[in-house]
Amino acid sequence: MTRSTGMTGYLLRRFGFLVVSLLLASVVLFLLLRLLPGDPANALVSVGADPQQIAAARHELGTDQPLLQQFGSWLRQLATLDLGHSFVSSLPVGPEIVNRLNVTVPLTLAAFVLAVLIALPAGFVAAHRSRTWYGGLLSAVSQLGIAVPVFWVGMILVTVFALHLRVLPAGGFPQDGWSDPGDAVRSLVLPVVTVALVMAASLTRYVRSAALDVLGSDYLRTARALGASFRGAMWRHGLRNGVVPVISVLGIELATTLLGAVVVENVFALPGLGSQLAQAISQHDYPVIQGVLLVSSFAVLLIGFLADLVQRLIDPRLRGRLSGAVAPSAGGTR
Amino acid sequence: MKRVRSWTLAGGLVLFGLVVLVALVSLVWLPYDPSDMTGGRLTSPGWPHLLGTDKLGRDLLTQVMVGARIALGAGAGAVAIGGVLGVLAGVATGFAGRWLDDALSALLDVLIAFPTLLLAMLVVAARSASLGSAVLAIGLGMVAVVARLTRVLVKRVLAQEYITAARTSGTGWLRIVSGHVLPNIWPTLVVNLALQFGVAVLAEASLSYLGLGAPPPNASWGRMLQEAQATVYTTPTGVIAPGVLLLVLVLGVNLIADGLRDALDPTRRKRA
Repeated sequence: MTRSTGMTGYLLRRFGFLVVSLLLASVVLFLLLRLLPGDPANALVSVGADPQQIAAARHELGTDQPLLQQFGSWLRQLATLDLGHSFVSSLPVGPEIVNRLNVTVPLTLAAFVLAVLIALPAGFVAAHRSRTWYGGLLSAVSQLGIAVPVFWVGMILVTVFALHLRVLPAGGFPQDGWSDPGDAVRSLVLPVVTVALVMAASLTRYVRSAALDVLGSDYLRTARALGASFRGAMWRHGLRNGVVPVISVLGIELATTLLGAVVVENVFALPGLGSQLAQAISQHDYPVIQGVLLVSSFAVLLIGFLADLVQRLIDPRLRGRLSGAVAPSAGGTR
Repeated sequence: MKRVRSWTLAGGLVLFGLVVLVALVSLVWLPYDPSDMTGGRLTSPGWPHLLGTDKLGRDLLTQVMVGARIALGAGAGAVAIGGVLGVLAGVATGFAGRWLDDALSALLDVLIAFPTLLLAMLVVAARSASLGSAVLAIGLGMVAVVARLTRVLVKRVLAQEYITAARTSGTGWLRIVSGHVLPNIWPTLVVNLALQFGVAVLAEASLSYLGLGAPPPNASWGRMLQEAQATVYTTPTGVIAPGVLLLVLVLGVNLIADGLRDALDPTRRKRA
């Protein structure tokens, strides 16, 4: 291995890879939206428009320009952080996305934290106590959790807690946003629990798998044979080894949580990124679609970058490898 | 191969078989015509409508049965697209030289950063919303995942000494792929494609729920759920029936995948 294994060297290489990935992602996004069949200009004009109107719409969009020129102006837009204007509302896309993030980011982060708080103990117990009834029950419930669509869980929770018990709102978000934090939090409780439950299910399976690997490992047995207590051996050896694959999955899970939020926002009529995207797609509002997908894919790449860094801080053996780690072998990704 | 008794596999096959049976029966017999709206709106479960009717007066049992065909078809179609393209791309990258391999795996990493659902939304955005668009999109989203897995598996096989032996004795690449690589990697691939089938079924349901999948006359479970959401209080069966069937189908294929993995890899069998 000629590559340096120092953290600074790794940081530089990984950062370079991040920049390349971001560029690549914007190219992929640009090409997919331009090369797939379907003319965005059709969305601007009403049905049965004459060719002149369509040509005018194309000109307005710039889709009558050569591809390379279009790509140039797309990169210029990116560099100046100008994401264009919505076809439908004519408002600038960038500020509107930032506005929507006020809902999506708290929803995603709260659901993610709650999912981790559920999954870490649940996964460990499911592995350590796999022969007991509650260990088995935890495994079974997590198996069910990865097989249900997240929006269905949302509907069930709405029916029980909003329609039957009437303790929480069924959907919507205060018009004036976070100016009354109590109201805002109340309207986010059910969405957060919905996303968290489904995320916790798949995360529990990964944690259980990682814990099984640790519990069956030679180093843990050796430590125990040398007289360490179970608790002490787990603390000194088990945790550091077990946590590395879990972190690589956490990165992926955080990205998946964002996606879960995108779908769940539509169940609860929350004005977030997800409902913005769904609405933009049904209205063929290309600048908005492009902007939302760009922001979310950049977020996913950034999360991957951070997950890789944290893993290398914990486990120096990985520093020779650019990206990823040995993922635990549990099934059920989505 | 030694016979393996696996409750997981058996349970998965029963659940999956149940949905397949419903889909097969729907081909030869349905309680009502799927577009028959004469059943009265939002009736409760009972006779003659076992699961009740939806807000347009259509028989829910009929809708759910037709939905089974769509769910199975969507899953199979997406796995066919993602599986074939993904394995081809994965084998190609696995064999590629060092810098080409680096470049291609970086590209795969970026493509994976586009989660299936976002990619699917992109395809549906560019084409119009239809079942075909949704399946194509989910399949394409799967390609990068399958390709990356295949690449790792191919690399692992190619590092073995018997490959070096085969190469030194003059075996061609094609023969190495068909004789050594594919036989060694297919069990893991099959298990993962089964899991991807479940992912695809859920993705189709999500897209249809968001109104980006099969348009109205098609009885997709996802779209049924979206339509039943507003009337969940009066007719809960409209939300329960499609949801439970989705659960049964996806749980079934996940259990099959788990059972197969344990059956094909004896070292995992002891860990229940």
